[in-house]
Amino acid sequence: MKNHKAAIKAALPHTIPILSGYIVLGSAYGILMNSKGIPLFWTLFSSVLIYAGSMQFVTVALLATGFDLIGAFMMTLMVNARHLFYGISFLQKYSNMGPIKPYLILSLTDETFSLLCSVKTPTGISEKWFYFYISLLNHIYWITGSVLGGIIGGLLRFDTHGLEFVLTALFVVIFISQWKAAKNHIPAIVGVLSAVVCRLIFGASDFIIPSMILILLSVTLIRGPIERRGTK
Amino acid sequence: MNYTNTQLFLFFGLVSLGTVLTRVLPFILFPENKKIPKYIKYLSDVLPYTIIGMLVVYCLKDISFTVAPYALPEIISIAVIAVLHLWKKNTLLSIGIGSLLYIILIRL
Repeated sequence: MKNHKAAIKAALPHTIPILSGYIVLGSAYGILMNSKGIPLFWTLFSSVLIYAGSMQFVTVALLATGFDLIGAFMMTLMVNARHLFYGISFLQKYSNMGPIKPYLILSLTDETFSLLCSVKTPTGISEKWFYFYISLLNHIYWITGSVLGGIIGGLLRFDTHGLEFVLTALFVVIFISQWKAAKNHIPAIVGVLSAVVCRLIFGASDFIIPSMILILLSVTLIRGPIERRGTK
Repeated sequence: MNYTNTQLFLFFGLVSLGTVLTRVLPFILFPENKKIPKYIKYLSDVLPYTIIGMLVVYCLKDISFTVAPYALPEIISIAVIAVLHLWKKNTLLSIGIGSLLYIILIRL
């Protein structure tokens, strides 16, 4: 028990930016579901089991256009394809995690992934439980935010416009930390350039999958130079 | 929207299943007890750096340099976050100040 307390204590400060981001975005999702007349139970169901913010917003749009199960399934695979990259990135990090491994895998969102990319487990804390509590806390924030939004949705109106920027800020900070820690900057540059090029060519709503393909092609083609400079 | 609970169960169930698939697939393809191919190991080393870069661009996908306010709130806030973070190295401070600045700038 003492170990768990220490792990929670160590994990909590790292999750504060995500707390604010998830409460805001989660409640926006809850409010949206509520405004479309979808019962609160399904908001809870989605936030516990889907737990992928952008896809959950897409489900509302999908339901508004009609009932198409196969279309929804295909859309899910496309919107969430980036999870494949997170999984591949964490194949080594998530080995030897024991019984909590499935939960770590299923709760790997953009934000949890980014955080776990950059945090260092403090000495004396079990790495496995440190990762677990970061993942669990974030999951709880998201569920809380969305249910809160679903409940107070119609009652309260306050201007939260712009608050979602905390997540942009989080990614920027992690990008800078990674940049400083890495000796080899080619992968970071490849990521930014590929995404910018694909955003310009394919537009704002369809550029993630092309970006992933371009990233994969680029790092494969310049594997030699990258490996010569070291990949860590 | 009028959907029955059965329809909603099928719908949200399938979306959950699809999401789970995208998350577990790499771990099913490359299980712990088997040696990870060298190329995949290489990918798992470099992809984290590329993806964070991609996520930053993803967050900024809707900005426009040709329409007022010409992405200035984003540019200024990110510049401040970068300077602050390189200087103070405090994640919460950088994110807090940067976000507050952004929220003020888009209301001017």
